[in-house]
Amino acid sequence: MRQMWLIFGGAFAIYVVLAVIMGVLPGFALSSIEPTPGLEPLTPLEAEGRAVYVANGCSYCHTQQVRPLPQDRVWGRPSAPGDFAYQTPELLGSQRTGPDLANVGARQPSATWHYIHLYNPRAVVPESIMPPYAWLFETVDQAPANVPAVPLPAPWAPEHGVVVPTREGEALVAYLLSLKQPPLPGASEAGAGGDASHAAPVGDGSATRTEEQPSEAEETAGDDYRYDPARGESLYVAYCAACHQPGGQGLTGAFPPLKGNAAVNDPDAARHIRVILDGLQGEEIDGVFYGSPMPAFRTSLDDRDIADIVNHERRSWGNAGAFVTAADVAAHRAAAGE
Amino acid sequence: MQGGSAAIPATQHPVTQQDHAGDRDALRSVFVGYTITAVFWLLFATGVGILLAYKLGAPDFAPQPWLSFGRLRAVHTNATFYGFATLALVGLACYVAASSSRTALHSTRLAWAGLVLFNLACLAGTVALCLGYNDGNLEYREWPWPIRVVFLGALGVTAWNLIGTVAGRKTEDIYLANWYTVGATLFTCVIATVGVLPWYQQGLGQVSVSGYYMHNAVGLWFTPLMLGIFYYALPKRLNRPIYSYALGVLAFWTNLVFYPIIGAHHFLFTPLPWWLQTTAIVFSVAMFVPVWGGTANFLLTMRGRVSDMVHSYSLLFMFVGVIGYLVGSSQGTFEAFRSLQEVWHFTHFTVGHSHLTMYGFISFGIFGTVYALLPLATGRRASRFGMAVHFWLALVGSFIYVISLSVGGTIQGLDWMAGKPFIQSVIDLQPFFIWRGVGGLMMFLSHVVFAWNVWRIAYGREPAPATAPRASLAGEAPA
Repeated sequence: MRQMWLIFGGAFAIYVVLAVIMGVLPGFALSSIEPTPGLEPLTPLEAEGRAVYVANGCSYCHTQQVRPLPQDRVWGRPSAPGDFAYQTPELLGSQRTGPDLANVGARQPSATWHYIHLYNPRAVVPESIMPPYAWLFETVDQAPANVPAVPLPAPWAPEHGVVVPTREGEALVAYLLSLKQPPLPGASEAGAGGDASHAAPVGDGSATRTEEQPSEAEETAGDDYRYDPARGESLYVAYCAACHQPGGQGLTGAFPPLKGNAAVNDPDAARHIRVILDGLQGEEIDGVFYGSPMPAFRTSLDDRDIADIVNHERRSWGNAGAFVTAADVAAHRAAAGE
Repeated sequence: MQGGSAAIPATQHPVTQQDHAGDRDALRSVFVGYTITAVFWLLFATGVGILLAYKLGAPDFAPQPWLSFGRLRAVHTNATFYGFATLALVGLACYVAASSSRTALHSTRLAWAGLVLFNLACLAGTVALCLGYNDGNLEYREWPWPIRVVFLGALGVTAWNLIGTVAGRKTEDIYLANWYTVGATLFTCVIATVGVLPWYQQGLGQVSVSGYYMHNAVGLWFTPLMLGIFYYALPKRLNRPIYSYALGVLAFWTNLVFYPIIGAHHFLFTPLPWWLQTTAIVFSVAMFVPVWGGTANFLLTMRGRVSDMVHSYSLLFMFVGVIGYLVGSSQGTFEAFRSLQEVWHFTHFTVGHSHLTMYGFISFGIFGTVYALLPLATGRRASRFGMAVHFWLALVGSFIYVISLSVGGTIQGLDWMAGKPFIQSVIDLQPFFIWRGVGGLMMFLSHVVFAWNVWRIAYGREPAPATAPRASLAGEAPA
């Protein structure tokens, strides 16, 4: 009997102590972290959407955490401890079969895009392997007054009637659009990626993490800009093609075409650059009204990135706009800045 | 259930042949019951796995909500962990506890209660997840909390029964195997309790609890259970003592002390406290001690017995299981390094790793020990051919699966580091997803054969040799 108590009792006691130290106590300590300034609690509709997100296991393919690593800069600034204050259950995720969503509300603020994409992801991203969530929608003869019909492109649109989101669909998109990282106090707004260095983890030791963050701002400030077509195409695919489509044709009624677009072909690139810097919403383009917002890329892309994208758009799909340089973008950034 | 450890029915009245036969029957039916239900969950969970693998290449296939990827992914992992592996290992642990203690199970009724509760939790959990009732705590605690409480009840019942069995042992010492199996059930009662209580799980606090939970639920449940059963099955099968009892004891205590500390290595580069992440990395390296120590102990027990291995598929399965333990756990240590995690974290490399460990180690271990021990309980055996088909399909299938995802996952991570558009990593993975499906299909087919083999051992007509000449391997026909 004594042997049994020593082995099982001893092992059990050791384990309980370790479980408390490594599981329970950090849990208590970290449960009371203050929210990041500017972080809003979810509205009831957004909270409902979060439940839809959880129920359908979105977080098995999508993370909601941005690491202080160079390859994570495309997703936003590094996550801060207070970012998760209103996140229970936590949805940090463990896999990126699909993109990170920590800042998706800022990266992709168009509800229209999210509706089309959820109905069938391949309607906007042909190579996507995300499942369709058609059960968050219903087909009706006519859209109710307060619910906009989803402008599905031809192969996906129903033969009769229009597709509208259900309450669950609306809630999920409301939740996705609520996922915006509030800027951290002291983080610089200008240029790209510079804010990566504000990834302060809880406790000390943050210095070791920040050293590795090079600032691209210096590299791109110079005037020795040369257009790199491969880079332009790659950036276009990463930041623009989800809406404007790989062929630049857009989706009629949802996202304007860049192919043959007046601003893109205008010898004066001012409007082209400004729209990318500051976004656009609610304008008529080539006789079609576009209500869904385009995000501002002022903080997520630097001057060279934007110049490469502008030049790619101006020299693809039969367009013939004049080239721009990083200095042009810098000038507009400064002129239109706050 | 009053009386605790002293109240073993067999000792309350004069021992007769009749009682021994009754005890053996009871133990056999418990062992068979756990194994058969485990096989059911294995077929179900890996069938779901095939569907998931197919959906990665054909995302518009089977678009019903309850068949959608996000719901079935959790069904697959939970049914594998808590259905298949848990039931199979608990069945084995009951048999090992009674056999190594030369006594009867403390309570057959408790064993059946555990079986019912485990299966009930798994069934309810599966239905709940399909219907979209997901508690949202990623990685192995997605079942709604009342279901996890049922599972905790099953664990408690199992712990009580195993302890009672060991307490009633007819041997002087507690055999090492029981240290591991009883320890595992006790630790896991704690893990399940910590996982279910709500007070310290808000926001980032829950992230740290998730790190603790997901890692401990694997490494202090499946790992020690499997190792404990190896400590019984290997010597039994080889008819020779374990190489070093002391090394086994060292591995037990070091696994116990190091493992609970390393959970946060699943959350490197998150805003979790820096000390928590770094401590996790340091102790991930310390895991080399129990892993290499334990592996060496098993391999040295097998030393010089290659000819037996060639003639015994149960030994071959166990050998692969031991190698899977060594390679999978060592790989886990490397993945915990920040420099390597930069490449591999969030990629399908991790999925390859979890299959290397849960399949290469745990599942191969279960297959081998079931083939080694179940015939001793039932007196019947499976055909050598059946076990050969099972072995080679499972081995080749899991190799294809793990290698394709390791290569694909590395490419995925390098794509991100090279700054390519995200969709490029999705495109680049496609060929590897096909190979994953091929490997997965072979593994699934091997499980169908396994089911047939288990059926033959449980209810077949071919008797196992009554006494095994040397290690010519009870339960298996001579070559």
